[in-house]
Amino acid sequence: MGNKPNTQSAESHLTTPTRLTGAEIVWATLVGEGVSTVFGYPGGAILPVYDALRKFPIHHVLVRHEQGAAHMADGFARASGKVGVCMATSGPGATNLVTGIATAMLDSIPVVCITGNVSSKLLGSDAFQEVDITGITLPITKHNFLISKTEDIAHAIRYAFQIAQSGRPGPVLVDITKDAQQGTAIFDFEAAKPRPYRPHPMLKVEDAGLTKAAELIRNAKKPVILSGHGVMESQAMEQVRTLAERAQIPVALTLLGLGGFPASHPLNLGMMGMHGESWVNNAIQDADLLIACGMRFDDRVTGSLSTYATKAKKIHIEIDPAEINKNVKVDVALVGDLRAVLEDLLPRISGRDGSAWIKTIEASKGDVSVHDIKNIPDSGHLYAAHVMHDLWRITNGEAIVSTDVGQHQMWEAQYFHHEKPRSLVTSGGLGTMGFALPSAIGAKMACPEKEVWAIAGDGGFQMTAAELSTIVQEKLKINIAIINNGYLGMVRQWQEFFYDSNYEATPLVSPDFVKLADAHGISGRAVRTRAELAEAVKEARTCDGPFLLNFMVEKEDSVYPMIPAGSALHEMIRRPGKNPIVESPDDK
Amino acid sequence: MTHTFVAYVEDIPGVLTRVASLFRRLNINISSLTVGRSERVGLSRLTLVCEASSEAGDRIRASLYKLENIVDVDDIAQAPNVTRELALIKVAATPRNRAQIFDLVEVFRARIVDLTSESLMIEMTGVESKIEGLIEILREDEGRILEVCRSGKMTMRRGHHTSSVLKAMGKGPDEKPLPEEANDTTVDIEPA
Ligand SMILES: Cc1ncc(C[n+]2csc(CCOP(=O)(O)OP(=O)(O)O)c2C)c(N)n1
Ligand SMILES: [Mg+2]
Repeated sequence: MGNKPNTQSAESHLTTPTRLTGAEIVWATLVGEGVSTVFGYPGGAILPVYDALRKFPIHHVLVRHEQGAAHMADGFARASGKVGVCMATSGPGATNLVTGIATAMLDSIPVVCITGNVSSKLLGSDAFQEVDITGITLPITKHNFLISKTEDIAHAIRYAFQIAQSGRPGPVLVDITKDAQQGTAIFDFEAAKPRPYRPHPMLKVEDAGLTKAAELIRNAKKPVILSGHGVMESQAMEQVRTLAERAQIPVALTLLGLGGFPASHPLNLGMMGMHGESWVNNAIQDADLLIACGMRFDDRVTGSLSTYATKAKKIHIEIDPAEINKNVKVDVALVGDLRAVLEDLLPRISGRDGSAWIKTIEASKGDVSVHDIKNIPDSGHLYAAHVMHDLWRITNGEAIVSTDVGQHQMWEAQYFHHEKPRSLVTSGGLGTMGFALPSAIGAKMACPEKEVWAIAGDGGFQMTAAELSTIVQEKLKINIAIINNGYLGMVRQWQEFFYDSNYEATPLVSPDFVKLADAHGISGRAVRTRAELAEAVKEARTCDGPFLLNFMVEKEDSVYPMIPAGSALHEMIRRPGKNPIVESPDDK
Repeated sequence: MTHTFVAYVEDIPGVLTRVASLFRRLNINISSLTVGRSERVGLSRLTLVCEASSEAGDRIRASLYKLENIVDVDDIAQAPNVTRELALIKVAATPRNRAQIFDLVEVFRARIVDLTSESLMIEMTGVESKIEGLIEILREDEGRILEVCRSGKMTMRRGHHTSSVLKAMGKGPDEKPLPEEANDTTVDIEPA
């Protein structure tokens, strides 16, 4: 960022309309939108934009694969709540973004992607590196723009920022032809403002609905709050907490909702769904009222719909009208911004005695914890659950953790207890392997003062491992934990449970990750027993630079409990009473 | 059930793809689609007919609204409405057997809009069943129909109706409410 001579003039563009090239307009508009970091990768069709970068106070992070750029922008947004920005060239650069864009779309993350395209007269001609990226990304963006005129660039980018952040957030792509980047136009930041945000016309929070909701809450004997990602997006943490405390209602969280309600809060039941603890899912199945806050009844949290919470009335507070009655038919729909709705609802809620129901749930925990792997004494084996538990303890749960997808992701969700919003960065909706490392980079860039851990499986880590060099080039202090079980573990688990242990295509040969880190100039060490764990984590944390820990965990361990896809929420595979692989090593 | 969506969309490139893509993704067939300019500058009006479950209607409407270029959406199959379709039908006819077709055209209140020694073209406006009726009768005589071009359905609610969304936008036509009694009339002034 050293030589940025015209930084001052870059800012004066925002107040005085000036003639600029399209390329300059891209950066000037981003500056105006408050952007300081862009993740990207150059190429012919975006070169004019890159050429103009030196004049603007924006830090560009050179990634190693454009998928990484999209995930970094996504991680940046998840950790900070701000819009993440990524950039790529036409053709293969643009198509490499696709998985990252879909990841952001499925989890409602505000990301703006800027791509270059061939000159406007070549559009549709199969010119070198021409691809119809607006066509390709149409179903995986909230909206996208194809811009072929210099004078339209500023408005499109400003509009993209508005769309990405408003209502239910999501990714927006702006594709700009090379001639539009090269042409000039008067840049007038103020005039390029989009029309005022138009809320979805089907938002509806009526007095009658609020009254009905309050009445249902008042009369409920067994209510449960289902707290989702919307709690974070709408910044409704306080309101959900007030509702829970005032009416003494236990709270179950979705995977993306973790951190939205403090893990240590006595009313926090924990994560619901496919790998939720039995008492959480049983409470939902027994409930007489569900209050869904900013969540969408995804199949991973409902199990089979026909058997889902059949005894419960349902209140759904949600900003996206297309989610109402999509999977679960609800009794009261309060369609609006969660925080605003709760603020209207709370004055109608009075104190309630919830102790009987809470005691019932407490009693239903039974001896679950006895079988919990976390409580099994050190047998000399290293279990991923122990790794997560100890990491959580050692970091005081203060770190931002980004995970990959698979068993380790679920163990993280079960054993790393998130107190604060935006402390877990994970791909829930799309379940994108390769997400952990790049999204951790984005999170670290957004929150440089925070301790950041990327936790990945041996499989997913190898999908985007090239970003290790990005970490080095950017001099980022990121700790990496590889949960190395020698398998595509989650798929192996499904094969074990549902395909007669036919481990087809799941055993995995990996490089020596510590040596791989070393080749990048990153320190690291392997951890084979629980006894070494604390010391290794301490070494990672105190090391000035990035550090990689290769946790050699039990190979054929499984995540429990588990609800087989399509089964009822209460039909879970419980932890084995006596976990065969936990027996003493001598038995082998 | 049949859903008839009437939508106001921005008149810019790519909007139709976005609308069509939504139905494609849901694996729902669009049985009829008409698009044209509306009373508002820069806004096109489209009428889209499809078969989908009754619960799907709200969700499709909500999803249509989520498209940035869609301004207003109405699902009006169940509301009192006027629905019309335009058809152009070219039939083989020589001076010797034309008279019979002229009679048919008369009965169906259609019009002849082109006439040559070997063919003629019929223009007809009406509800779907009426157009299908004429086509069916013409089909009885094999080889007679040469071409059929149908516009697809166009639909408008009966009575004074302005969407609250369009109303809020304000730049609509003069808004004079109809007299009270007239609001509920469902008399079809021109029988279909
Ligand atoms: C890009 C992508 N491809 C395939 C999958 C399917 N999948 C889900 S979990 C998983 C295994 C992940 O293995 P690993 O990264 O080693 O993590 P583990 O489950 O062993 O902790 C696979 C292949 C996926 N989620 N994403
Ligand atoms: Mg693995």
